[in-house]
Formats: sequence, structure tokens, C-alpha cells
Amino acid sequence: MLKFLLRRLVTMILTALCLTFIVFYLTNLPPNLEKVAKSELGARISDAEVASWLDKYGYSRPLLVRYGEWLGVAPGWTGSDQGVSIGRCVKRGADLESAPKYCGVLQGSWGFSTVFKDNVGAIISTRLTLTGILMFWVMVLMVPTALLIGILAGMREGSKLDRSLSTFSIATSATPEYVSGVILIAVFASSMVGLKWFKGTATSAMDAPNFENFFLPVLTVALYGIGYIARMTRASMTEVMTAQYIRTARLKGVSFRNVVMKHALRNALIAPFTVIMLQFPWLLNGVVITETLFNYKGFGWTLVQAAGNNDIQLLLGCSVVAVIVVLVTQLISDVGYVFLNPRIRIS
Amino acid sequence: MDMLTWTGALSALNPVLMIAAGLLLIAVVLQILTSFFAADPGITANPDGTVAAQGGIYGLAERAVRWLFIALVVICLAYLVAGIVMPMGKAGIVGAISKRLLPVWIALIVLFVLSFNFRRKLGLYGKLFDSTIGMIGFGMVMFWVFTALFSNQIITSGVLDQIAQLKNKAPGSPLPDGTGWYLLGGDHLGRDVFSRMIKGSLIVIEIAPLATLFAFMVGITLGLPAGYYGGRLDAVLSFLANLILAFPVILLFYLLVTPEIVTTGLPQFMAVVLFLFPLIFMIVLLNSRYYVQPTRRNIMIAAVVILGGWLYLSLISTPDTRISFLPKAIDLFNVPANILIVFVSVVFVNSPTVFRIVRGITLDIKTRDYVSAAQTRGERPWYIMLWEILPNARGPLIVDFCLRIGYTTILLGTLGFFGLGLSPESPDWGSTINAGRKLLTIAPHPAIVPALALLSLVLGLNLLADGLREESLKD
Repeated sequence: MLKFLLRRLVTMILTALCLTFIVFYLTNLPPNLEKVAKSELGARISDAEVASWLDKYGYSRPLLVRYGEWLGVAPGWTGSDQGVSIGRCVKRGADLESAPKYCGVLQGSWGFSTVFKDNVGAIISTRLTLTGILMFWVMVLMVPTALLIGILAGMREGSKLDRSLSTFSIATSATPEYVSGVILIAVFASSMVGLKWFKGTATSAMDAPNFENFFLPVLTVALYGIGYIARMTRASMTEVMTAQYIRTARLKGVSFRNVVMKHALRNALIAPFTVIMLQFPWLLNGVVITETLFNYKGFGWTLVQAAGNNDIQLLLGCSVVAVIVVLVTQLISDVGYVFLNPRIRIS
Repeated sequence: MDMLTWTGALSALNPVLMIAAGLLLIAVVLQILTSFFAADPGITANPDGTVAAQGGIYGLAERAVRWLFIALVVICLAYLVAGIVMPMGKAGIVGAISKRLLPVWIALIVLFVLSFNFRRKLGLYGKLFDSTIGMIGFGMVMFWVFTALFSNQIITSGVLDQIAQLKNKAPGSPLPDGTGWYLLGGDHLGRDVFSRMIKGSLIVIEIAPLATLFAFMVGITLGLPAGYYGGRLDAVLSFLANLILAFPVILLFYLLVTPEIVTTGLPQFMAVVLFLFPLIFMIVLLNSRYYVQPTRRNIMIAAVVILGGWLYLSLISTPDTRISFLPKAIDLFNVPANILIVFVSVVFVNSPTVFRIVRGITLDIKTRDYVSAAQTRGERPWYIMLWEILPNARGPLIVDFCLRIGYTTILLGTLGFFGLGLSPESPDWGSTINAGRKLLTIAPHPAIVPALALLSLVLGLNLLADGLREESLKD
């Protein structure tokens, strides 16, 4: 078990390094850097000025060295601008000696966002909290609903209930967030239909989330996942219901209710657990769309702003968080599956 | 000209429709509730050998559901047929749309009648017509395929024509010159929502299946050897696939599709690599099949290399970009740069999943007896992979292909929703939703119409995949 964990951990770190390097490479391509220089000095500067600016601010050195600096394993660059010493780790005006030698993600220095004019670490932590609140309510709504639908549908395969619920789950898993969000807003928040039960934006939910301004975004994110998890739960439930021990229990005279509650349920919930965990990366996707649609300024919204405005440091920070979320949930789902299912042995 | 209502002269039918729909809902709920309490529902056998359908409240509900459903379908058909028969505009918006869609209805009817009559001779496709769900799904998908095909006949006004008076006007608004209507209203620039939705289907139907096909080529070409050989090759390829899968899709799109990245030619280089896979796939496929007949093999491979290579080179070479080496005279066609980028990024995102599926199936199938038999016969690895394993993996792959077209449609919509890739004037559904969402609380129809269109296409594909899965499992 320990060896398995260790190997997964090493793969995970390697994946994280590769992914962040790819993002670093793509955001640091020459046209992107030129754009950064032009946003600092104005759009009408010559190519030579761009080159000298990039040279002065440490952008012209090899990519791998800069990646090492960003990561915090290579010493930050230093230089001088009109007699004032500047550097990656040097605050403007401070002298070189007092500045730390390394400053990267590993040291907790995530850089400075050009769009929000703030430290990337601070931005990400506030935005992530907001998204955390959203995700919490999504989970509260999604997991019980999906499991209930899946179990009810898988209990008696081919029954009317199964067919109705399966059609419902196919329909929700065919509805991407930007479609369900638009339909929900139009039905429940627009003046055209007239049911003004909820608010069409969730901007006010950032300070004070309540049912009126927060239900639609939560429902939008949850709907897509409900269909998928319910289908997986149904598949797992139907499989369990055809197992030998269920037949034995039925023949023994155990009531259908007890068979479902005591014998089938526990075994049928192993597969959905991994599915729910692996659902996180997709939810991340849905969160970006929903936050943009409802103007809820959480992590997903920040990612779109950073990507749209070529905010390199913030984009790198966001991708680190996203990649870590994906990899950690993958690890949890693998380990959890092994713990829950005693038939699986790690050699 | 007057403003159109939804059903026009047929509005007498509306209460009937409402009552039928309401009763159907009640009957379905009743049936589900009673199914909890009723003993074993369905048919009971009598001692004399006959069977009797169960009566009581459950049987009643079941019969009610069937008849109400038929009634509902008949009423809906009445709206559509009356719309075709009556003059334009008399049967309301629904009727007018139905009239515009006449070529689609004809094509659908011809297709269904022909396929249904010959369904026993058509293999898996024919079996689809045994499952109701599969048929409904297939009908929805083919509806959009035919709509895309006949889009030029269906649209009522130009995709980019703007009429200032009709900005954000409700569905059924007449044109100021009295020659027609904006059947589904006008958008924020005064363009026809209906025509844009119809034209948008063309973009989806053009890109999504082709992109999925390319993703499958990449996934199969890499997944088969990874599963068959295993070992280090498998480890490296799986690591790369997991790497791409761990990337948040939207971040990847933003990184690949922004104008700055496009100027570096990166998407084009990716196209060079990704579009090579179908060519490799075809060559390996033919080579492994006709290896023992060298003359035939050489002719076939030469044909593939020359024709496919030409197509490949004209596809990747576009004038005035990083990759333009083909002289204009022999460059067959040029894909617009933004379409190419969208295409490449969608293929890139989809292929790792296909790779994983193919690899998993290969791992399973390679332990079968017929593979060992082929190995004992002395067949070469690629023959076994492509002519023994792949045909036996077709069931799950066809099902996944349908699902994946739906997923690709969603991805295309996502790209449009974030304004990436396609130009903002483009009528594709994602961009239209993006343009319409700013005024959603005041005038929701410009966003709702493409949203429902996208929903119905993806739903149709999912139902089709479900039907196919059910039918292929019956063997």
C-alpha cells in the first residue's frame, strides 16, 4: 500500500511539474511577452525598446531558468534600472543584500497580478473561498439527489420508474452548463416569462449568499453532474441487484426493502464514490462557465479574467491550483476505491 | 402585416394540448407511485394457459399513459401538418417554421420509411429501429443533419442582415417592409434568430463528427499498440494521455486559441502532427491486410499516399501563415485559420479519452482465444491489432463515437461561449448564446433558441448511443 501511494505521489508530482511547465511555456511565448512589454510601456514602442525592456526585466534568459525561478529552485534574477537595483525577489527601492535569494511558488511567493494589482496568492485565496462556498452547496444538492435517482432507477431495472428517471438523467447529462444556465435564467429570472423567483446574477451572493441569489448557479452546476453520477449509480445498482447474494436473500424471504437497504446499497455505492471524486475536474469546468454566466467572481471567473487579459502570473497560479485539485481528487478516488472494495489488492 | 402568435388559427387546439399534457403527467406519476405498492406488475398466467393483463389501478394508469401519449403526439403532428398545408403565417409561428422545414420533414420520412422496411438487412443500423429510444434519438440527430444540409432553403433572411427596428423584438415580429416575419424574433443587432440558429447547425454538423473521427483515428492508432504491447510504450503514452486529461479544458482552450499563440503557429504545428494520424492509420491498415500480396498492396498504399498526402498537405498549408509551402496551383483548399484552430483543439482534447478507451478494450480482448489463434498462425502484431482486435471492439467504440460527437458539440459551444476561435459574427450556437446572455433577463429568446437547439442535438446523440448500446448488448 505504501509503495503504491509513493508511486502515485511521484507520478503526481511529475505530472504537476509537466503541466505547469506547459502553461509556463505557452504563456511565455514571445508574442505574449511582447504584449506584456507593450502594456507596461504603451502600445507604440519599437521592437528594440521591447527587446531592451524584456532584457532588463529578466524575460530574455532561457525558459528553463525562468521556470526554475518561478518554481523557486533557481535564484531570482537581479539587475538595475537607472541606478536602482531591481530583481525578481527585490522590492522596489529595497537593497539587494536584504532580499531573499529564492522566491518562487515553493517559497509562497506567487507573483503579482497585472489585472487585479494585487498579490496572486491573496487573490487566489479569496476567490477560492468563494468558489468553495459554491462547491459546498453544489455537493449538498448534487450528491444526495444523484444517488437517490440512481438507486431508485437501478432498484427495478426496466420499470416505469427506471425509464422515467433514466430519461431524466440522460437529459441532464446532455445539458451543458451554459445551456441549462440560460434556460434557468430565462424561466425563473426573466421578465419575458414573468416568474421572477430568483435573481439572474449571483454578484450579491459573494457577500451574502441566500436562496434567492444563489440557488440558480448552484442548480446549474449540479444538474450536469446529477445526470452523470445518477447513471453510474444506476449501472452499479443494477449490477449488484443481479448478484447471487441478492437472489439468495430474496429466496430466503428477506423483504425487498431490506434487500435494497441492507444488502445492495452498500455495495452499490462503491463505484459512485470514485465517480464523484473524478467528477471534480468536470465540475471545475462547469464552475468556470457558471461563474462567468452568473457573474459570480470566484476562482473560475478569475481564471477567465487572467487568461483573457494575459495576466501571466495569475494564470500560472490558477493553473497550479486547478492541476492540484485534479490530481489530488484522482489520488483520493484511487485510494478510496481500494479501501472500499476489499476485492482489489495492490500487489 | 400582423404580429404572429405561436399557433395562429390553430389556437383552438391549445387547450386540448394542455389538458392532454397535464393528464399524461398525472398518469405517469400515478403509474410510478402505484408501481411501489402493486405486486409484480404486468402479465399473469391463467391455469388454462392463457395470459391476462393485470387490471386494477396500475393497469388503468398504464393504458392511460399509452393513449394520452399517442394523443399528444397526434396533436403535435396536427400543428406541424396544418402549418405545411395552410398558407404561410396562418398557422402561427409553429406552423410557419414547420412550413420552412418542409424539405427536412420529407427527407426524414423517406429515410425512416426506407430504413424501417429494410431494417433486417442493415445490421446494427437496422437493429436501431427495434428500440424506441434509439429511434427517437436517431430522428433528432437526422433532423439536425438534414436541417444543416438544407439550411440555404430553410432560412428566411441572411445571417448577417440587420434590421434596426427589430432589435430584441419578440418571436413572430413582422418585417417592416411586410415581406415576412422574424419567426423567432430579432437579436441585439436586429438579426433573425431563426435563420442564425438554422445556419449554426451547419457549423456544428460540419465540425463535430469530423473532429470526433480524427480524435478516434489518433486514439485508435496510439491506443491499440499501447494496449497490445504494454510495457514502456504503454507507460509513456498513458502518462501523456493523463497529462492532457488533467488539464482543465477551458484553460487549455484559452492557451491554444488566443491570437498571440496563433501567430506563433503552434496550433498549425499541432495540426501537422494530428492530421498525420489518419494517413498513418490507413497505410498501416492496408499494409497489414495485403502484406502477402505485394503488388496489390503497393498499388493501394501508393494511392493512399498520393491522394491522402495531397489532401493532408493542402489541409495544413495555408498561405500567409507559418506553414505555407504548397504552391497555390496545387493547393486544393484552405481551411480558415480560426476553424482550423477550433478543430485542432477539439481533436486534441478528445483523443486522450479515446486512447484510454481503446487501450482498455485492447487489454481485455488480447486475452481472447482468437487472438492467441492468430498469434499461433504467425500473424504479425499490426494485423492482429487492426483486423482481429479492432473489429471485435466496434460495439463499444460506435456507442462512444455517438456520445463523443455530443461531447464535441458541447466543447464547440463552450469555445463559442467564451468567444474563442470562431468570429463573433459567426452564427454557431455557442457564440450566439454568448452574445444573447448579456440581455437574458430582458430578451431571453436570442440565447434560448440556440441553447434549445444544442440541447436537442446532444440529447438526440445520447439517446442514439443509449439505443445502440442496448441493441448491441442483445447479441
